Amino acid sequence: MDAKDILGLPKTPLSVPPEKKSQPKKDSQRKPDGISREVYALTGGLAPLMPSIDSSYLKKRPPSDEKITWQWLPFTNSARKDTLQLYHWVRVVNGVPPTGDYSFAKYNKSIEVTKYTDEEYAQHLTDPSWTKQETDQLFDLCEQFDLRFVIIADRFPSSRTMEELKDRYYSVCRSILLARASSPADVSGHPLVKENYNASQEKERKRALSMVLSQTKQQEKKDAEVLAEAKKIAESRMAAKGVEESVMPATENEFPETTIDHNTLVSLSNVRLAPVAAPPSTLVIADTSSTLASLRMLPVYLRTYALEQMVQQASSSAGLRTIKRVEQTLQDLGINLKPRVPTKAVCAEHLELRKEILTLLNLQKQLQYKEAEGSSLREGTTYSEMPGTPKDRTFIPDAMSFGGNTCLCATFLVKGPGRVSETPSSPANKRPRKMKASDL
Amino acid sequence: MTNSSSPKRNEQDQPETSGPVLKSLKTKLSKPEDAEKKIVGKKLKDVEISVPIVYGNIAFWLGKKANEYQSHKWTVYVRGATNEDTSGVIKKVVFQLHSSFNNPTRVVESPPFELSEQGWGEFEIAITLHFHSDVCEKPLSLYHQLKLYPEDESTSLSIKKPVVVESYDELVFPEPSESFLARVQNHPAVSVPRLPVGFTLPTPAEDPSERKRVDTKDHPLTQWFTNFSEADELLQLAAARQQVQTHIAKLRRQITVIEGQQQQLKPSSDQ
Repeated sequence: MDAKDILGLPKTPLSVPPEKKSQPKKDSQRKPDGISREVYALTGGLAPLMPSIDSSYLKKRPPSDEKITWQWLPFTNSARKDTLQLYHWVRVVNGVPPTGDYSFAKYNKSIEVTKYTDEEYAQHLTDPSWTKQETDQLFDLCEQFDLRFVIIADRFPSSRTMEELKDRYYSVCRSILLARASSPADVSGHPLVKENYNASQEKERKRALSMVLSQTKQQEKKDAEVLAEAKKIAESRMAAKGVEESVMPATENEFPETTIDHNTLVSLSNVRLAPVAAPPSTLVIADTSSTLASLRMLPVYLRTYALEQMVQQASSSAGLRTIKRVEQTLQDLGINLKPRVPTKAVCAEHLELRKEILTLLNLQKQLQYKEAEGSSLREGTTYSEMPGTPKDRTFIPDAMSFGGNTCLCATFLVKGPGRVSETPSSPANKRPRKMKASDL
Repeated sequence: MTNSSSPKRNEQDQPETSGPVLKSLKTKLSKPEDAEKKIVGKKLKDVEISVPIVYGNIAFWLGKKANEYQSHKWTVYVRGATNEDTSGVIKKVVFQLHSSFNNPTRVVESPPFELSEQGWGEFEIAITLHFHSDVCEKPLSLYHQLKLYPEDESTSLSIKKPVVVESYDELVFPEPSESFLARVQNHPAVSVPRLPVGFTLPTPAEDPSERKRVDTKDHPLTQWFTNFSEADELLQLAAARQQVQTHIAKLRRQITVIEGQQQQLKPSSDQ
């Protein structure tokens, strides 16, 4: 700060922090009501979500009519099997000690392990791989250790895998449940009946888990790479089905593309990827036959989809405005932009119609260009009127009048053949106007 | 009635020219490029099978029985365009409904491939067609916007007259397998182009007529089905093309006239 003074720099940066400091101070002064300022600041200057203990509650403590004493009294715990008596401090209100069981007795929960009789065992539970003795041992352990199979597996006298033990236990329980049930419907809701324990599935699951857990970093990286490649290939296959821009002749480009695909397929051969003959990653289409070729690569496609592709391909050389004009023309002719009954014949006709309209628009442009050229050559000499197109009520756009001799109106998108007159008039509109039958 | 029995000549020629290129790409074995129509593996080239289908929905207003959550009873379906049995081609159809429905993924494994529900809302239903394994390995998806309310808002809802929205489309199988072709040779729902001369198909393993056919001709909703006729559309298109062609011809004449005039004037003009 002194240095800045010496240098003569303004003190403005200093003025900001004091303001900031005063603001939080004000906030903390305003907010807390029962807590001291420092404690409040510990919470970060924000009020707690839950209401803390009300300060008034802390102050008015002694209840008036109750006489409270604390006594050292004996108690019994119902959760214990013996009759041990211990002592603890008890809050006595007006000389009456609290009633009820020891408050923690309710937490002594235990699992009910089914018990079977010998007849039941003989009837339902015999199993070739398990002796009665083993099964009895298993159930004893289950009860002793609250179905903690990890311990049970460890303690089991003969070596059995945990899955085997679980399998035996659950199948026994299930059989008993079914045997004791009065009707199948009663127990059908029981989870054991609905979804039985599946030992092989468990083994697989655990094996898979341990595999994932024990993956080295290298393996992880490799897996991620493989997945990324697969995703790329799937995406490029999707793109190949829809892409239609021509860049180079079809034959030249397609061979290197297929080799690339082959290589990626080969490198991924150790991973179980379904070997599908992938189409070239970027389809190069120079003409309609290539669109057809790409369609035929598909196992199945919809006629409407095929038409869309062909239309796109046909209008690929045209700009967006031209495409809009084609659509406008179609509408004027009363044709749906998407045929209502797209059969093969209808789609073919539709496509041809679109192509013809494109030709038409191109010719119109050409004509205007020629006429503009003509008018610039003429320099004011009149000539016979162009025979206007007859009243074609459907879509003949009206006449546009060109400007005099200077502007090359062909650059503007103007519809229709024009009637050229020598008198300069307003320049051609930029937007094509809709048809007016009366004009011509 | 829709039928596309004879393919256009020009369309058939085009695949031929692209054929050799395709073959050299598709088959990794070394097969000689041949201009004749060849059978590669078990698939046939240059014979495409098309199956015209119609998919859509019919919705009835429930009238007095309607409540806030179920105002309409609707049925979404896929059927053969001529109401013929499509089960030879389609194995099952999966309709994916709005997530607010119970079990929104509904699978219909046998014809008629339709699903009826009650509801109040309009949403997009994804219809996925799964084909028999010899027809096509991959499923195909269609999308249909469920429509319950009539387009014209002023028309009052009636219990008797349903709102029907149907879309026509055709499933095209560009390279059908031999077994598929043999199976549907004379199937009414499928249109197969005339096979090239000298081409014989093996007789199908099972007689298709023995298999039980379930078509939608006797369906209770048949009276509401739309009859899609390509004839009208073809006429419209032909007329439009005629107009456009005459116009083109006129323009061409005009252009030549101008060019002619310009040619005459050019030497005399002084710019």
